[in-house]
Amino acid sequence: MMQDLLVHGVYIAYVLAFLLGLATIFTWVERKQSAVMADRIGANRAYLRIPFTQVKLVWWGLFHGMADGLKMILKENFTPATYDRFCYQLAPWLAAVPVLLVFAVVPFGGEVQPARFFEPGSAAAEFFGDRSWRMQIASLDAGLLFVLAVSGVGILGTMLAGWSSNNKFSMLGAARAASQMISYEVAMGLALISVVVTYGTVDLFEMVQWQQQAAWGIVVQPLAFILFMTAAIAENKRIPFDLPECESELVSGYFTEYTSMKMGLFLLSEFIEIVVISALVVTLFLGGYTLPFLGPEGFALPGGGTWALSHLTVTLLQVLAFTAKVFVVGCFQIGIRWTLPRFRYDQLMDLGWKILLPLAAANLVVTAVVSWWLL
Amino acid sequence: MTGRTVPTKPKKQYWNEPRLGLWERVYLLEIVRGLSITGGVFFRNMWKWITGRKGALTAYYPEETRPDYSPNNRGRHVLTQRGDGKVQCVACNLCATVCPAYCIEIEATADFDEPAHPKSPTRFEIDYSRCIFCGFCVEACPEDAIRMVKDTPDLPGFDRDDMWGRKDLLMNWHPLTDPRKRYPPAPAVRDEEHRP
Repeated sequence: MMQDLLVHGVYIAYVLAFLLGLATIFTWVERKQSAVMADRIGANRAYLRIPFTQVKLVWWGLFHGMADGLKMILKENFTPATYDRFCYQLAPWLAAVPVLLVFAVVPFGGEVQPARFFEPGSAAAEFFGDRSWRMQIASLDAGLLFVLAVSGVGILGTMLAGWSSNNKFSMLGAARAASQMISYEVAMGLALISVVVTYGTVDLFEMVQWQQQAAWGIVVQPLAFILFMTAAIAENKRIPFDLPECESELVSGYFTEYTSMKMGLFLLSEFIEIVVISALVVTLFLGGYTLPFLGPEGFALPGGGTWALSHLTVTLLQVLAFTAKVFVVGCFQIGIRWTLPRFRYDQLMDLGWKILLPLAAANLVVTAVVSWWLL
Repeated sequence: MTGRTVPTKPKKQYWNEPRLGLWERVYLLEIVRGLSITGGVFFRNMWKWITGRKGALTAYYPEETRPDYSPNNRGRHVLTQRGDGKVQCVACNLCATVCPAYCIEIEATADFDEPAHPKSPTRFEIDYSRCIFCGFCVEACPEDAIRMVKDTPDLPGFDRDDMWGRKDLLMNWHPLTDPRKRYPPAPAVRDEEHRP
């Protein structure tokens, strides 16, 4: 009992730090990557001054995210003259919390046996016994279903935000957001079913183990990878699909009437969602926390060579591998955001219903037939 | 089947109507092409940054200014000088009048010992926090007393008072040292007829 509380407390603290930290870093990556892509220098003015000295740490503008956060918190919380008080306050939380919740079922490391970190026979080793925990906040059997269910709640936040602001632009943005996210949720779910059929489980941890034994999901299910990635970026409402908030038409879409940290929460949830989508893509298609040939006892190379590593090293390697993969996929998403122009609304709906959905259905049929054939 | 047939207007054919081939229609391949272009630029520039070179076309402005401003660039103002180093300006206030940003302030004085050029400014200041660099002052000047050179004024600062271009900034240029814009020779004969 105490062991469970301790281990999961550490997991929750780590995951919150991971999500918020990586989201903040991605705001920096977004600025810098777009700048380097466009032959610019990028944000580089914010600095931390070491107290009592004149040493200014600029660090390539890494602290701009902190300056933004501080600005958001200190700004006036301006509200429209007439608005639905309850829904208006609730909406940012409904947008941000489900995004954080999704990560609860994502495994960010393998099985960990804390007793093996300490000297055998020491008090700490005795305390943990020989129990092992999956590095996952909630090891649900219905992991993938939880992901789909909770990420669906996020739509409510955008709809409430647009509806409660009592503004036509917000209303239009919310209507667009609702129809877009529901459309792409269908395609995303259908693309994921073929993944489920392939792996034979909806438990994300077992999916990763399946990939470790057989092959990465991107090799087995390349079409599902592309479909899921597209639908997930559309769910996140970022640039090729940012019709709910497109600045040229709708001022700022569903959060036009939001100011200060309430707007910051919408923006932050967007960046957290980049991390979460990357984590899901990594878990489902890129082998999760695993590295090739890395087993629980160290590297076992195909030629028969082995390289034994301690349990702590293996655990750290797995966590690092997961973080690195998430970072690379996130950078890829940002690259897409700065490369593609925005779709027209009819093109968006055509892509969702006429291309992604039939392709996902066809992929499912082929997957079902092939796995029935093979098994 | 029956009913009015609405005459449909034939669709206008544009000379530059985009035609998508099969390659473009499969949008995914074009996405890959676009990503390879942006990614190529990204990695090329990153390689430059990593190897200690500059991977950007823009300048790190106040610390670094671009050397390749056009010689015609309307940058900082200068007050031209007469041969003896005194200011050419006669404090007629035409530039201050024409200035759309109202950023020129002139205070005049008179020196009657010099009958050819009795009036001159004691104070000639340009508020660069308001100047829009339109060049109207240069156009308006009847004496060719104010010009614009290509380098930018040292603008950025935390105090608006530092953004005033005072006489010491405006006078640190002598026409004889500018090879491109020579001091114009005085017209030999004044055209008296066109005087109002």
